[in-house]
Order: sequence, then structure tokens, then C-alpha cells
Amino acid sequence: MDGLNKNQANKYSIIVPTYNERLNIGLIVYLIFKHLKDVDFEVIVVDDGSPDGTQDIVIQLQKVYGEDRILLRPRPKKLGLGTAYIHGMKHASGNFVVIMDADLSHHPKYLPRFISKQMETRADIVTGTRYVKGGGVHGWNLMRKLTSRGANVLAQTFLWPGVSDLTGSFRLYRKSVLEDIISCCVSKGYVFQMEMIVRASRKGYHIEEVPITFVDRVFGSSKLGGSEIVEYLKGLAYLLVTT
Amino acid sequence: MKHIVKIFSLVVAITALWIGLLQSSVIPRSHTWLLPVYFVVSLGCYGLLMVGVGLMNFPTCPQEALLLQKDIVEAKEYLKQRGVDVSSS
Repeated sequence: MDGLNKNQANKYSIIVPTYNERLNIGLIVYLIFKHLKDVDFEVIVVDDGSPDGTQDIVIQLQKVYGEDRILLRPRPKKLGLGTAYIHGMKHASGNFVVIMDADLSHHPKYLPRFISKQMETRADIVTGTRYVKGGGVHGWNLMRKLTSRGANVLAQTFLWPGVSDLTGSFRLYRKSVLEDIISCCVSKGYVFQMEMIVRASRKGYHIEEVPITFVDRVFGSSKLGGSEIVEYLKGLAYLLVTT
Repeated sequence: MKHIVKIFSLVVAITALWIGLLQSSVIPRSHTWLLPVYFVVSLGCYGLLMVGVGLMNFPTCPQEALLLQKDIVEAKEYLKQRGVDVSSS
């Protein structure tokens, strides 16, 4: 069947930025291979000079899974997420790019769902959302949930982004689309993730969502102090005016 | 068109409507002057309501933490057998 052949020509480059993920990188690679058995993919580890020996583990993984399936493309030090994606893409041979975190908050078992959603809808971007039925979060206290929900309502009211989870970073992009958007994004941190998806929405790219569950591995860390909230509001204002 | 332009146009349209209501006397003047206040307050209330509703219905997944632990054990076993160091230090 023509459609089937076309789909089999797809290759997925999974970019995993790492910093001190010595244990998690092995786990996540195992899970990716477990859940993507009949898929043509490669894992690109962009390690920012982890002092804990993450890269040594990746080399061991390459012996198990093959150097053609696991690419180690390190950088000398922490240089930011956006540039990590750009660096990863330079070495990506797939026509689709998946970005995900290395700490197992993003579970590889959702990868087949991302892929099939894209194939069904021919979407340019498939983004994971934690905030709809079928998705969810574990490990957040009430305060964290409150700020997340408040931030989301603000963003929905003022930005009309077209997606339910703006700060999520578990996404599948058509490679050409990612290259296009990333070149115009300048923010850092989670505002960067927001900027990417909002710019994509403004440019008219077809975006679909898949519910995902998110297990926060860093229990009890309330990373949301006053300064985080200020950063968020500044980011929101920036996006409001420039997108 | 930039998003801010869309929002601005919306504000202009609403303002024009408000001025129109002021000019004609469809609604008593005293009420009309307060319309913007009513509008902002209801927007605020709606926002708070959305936050509250969302908070109540916040999807959680406690079982996922357990499943993840199982996956971790499985992964460690597999990797250890194949010579990958699975210690965390």
C-alpha cells in the first residue's frame, strides 16, 4: 500500500539533552528501544560535559545497541537547551525529531502514540500534554498545581496558544519545522518551550496533542519561587508582544 | 498579524461599543459608565473560576510512579547483564 511504504520511510531522531544523568540515560535508552521495536530511529545524546561520567555510560550503551543507533554528540559545558536541540539536529538523519527529557519524567512508552498521531493527522508537531484527561502529573503538591494552573489560565487568556500544555517539552517535530521555528526563538528555560509552540501556532503549523503522564522525579522541590513567577510573567508579556 | 494587534483590535471594538452605548441611551448613563469595571471584574472572576475548576480536576497519575519503578527495575536488570554500569554514583 502506498501509504504504508511512505510511513516506513520515516526515521525519528530522538534528541536527549543530558547533564548528570548517569543512571537515567541507560534507563531511558532501554525504554526507548523497548517501546519502539519496529521503528527506524536513532537516539542523539547531547551531553553538556557532565562531571558524573554520563558520557562513559553512553559509550557502554553504544556497545550494547550500536553506534549507529546511539549517537553521542557532547558539548564542553552547559550551553542551554535551545542550542542543545540545534546541536542535536545537526547530527540528525531522521525526517522527524523528538525532544524529551532524560530524567524519566517523560516516559518513552508514549513515543508510539506520538508517531501514530502524526501519521493519522499528518501533523507538523505532536506535543505531549499533561493537563487533559488521560494525561496527568504525579509528584506535585497543591502549591505547585496552583501555580501551574494559574500560569496556564493566564497564558490561555492572553496568548490563545492553541495547545493545552505550553511548557511541556515532550514533543515530536517534523525536522524542517523544528529548524524553522528554532531559528526565531530567543528565550531560555521553560519560556523557550512556550515560545516554540506559540511561534509554531502563529505560523500556522498543524499541531496535535497527545495526553502524557509526567512523574516528577525531583520530589518536594518547589522550583517556583517569586523570581520564577516574575520570569514567567515577563516571558508571557514578551510572547504577547512579539508573536 | 501579530497577536498583540488582534488583542488591540478587540479592545478597540469593545471600546467603540461602549462609547456607542454612552452616546445612545439604551442603558441608563450611570450603568454604562461602570460597564468597563463590570467587564474587568467578571473577567477576573472567570479567571479565578477557571483556576479553581482546573485545580479540582487536575489530572493525577499516582499509579504511574509505581509503573515507573517497575520499568526501572527491569531496565537495570537488562543493562547490568549486558555490562552497562547501573550504579548512580
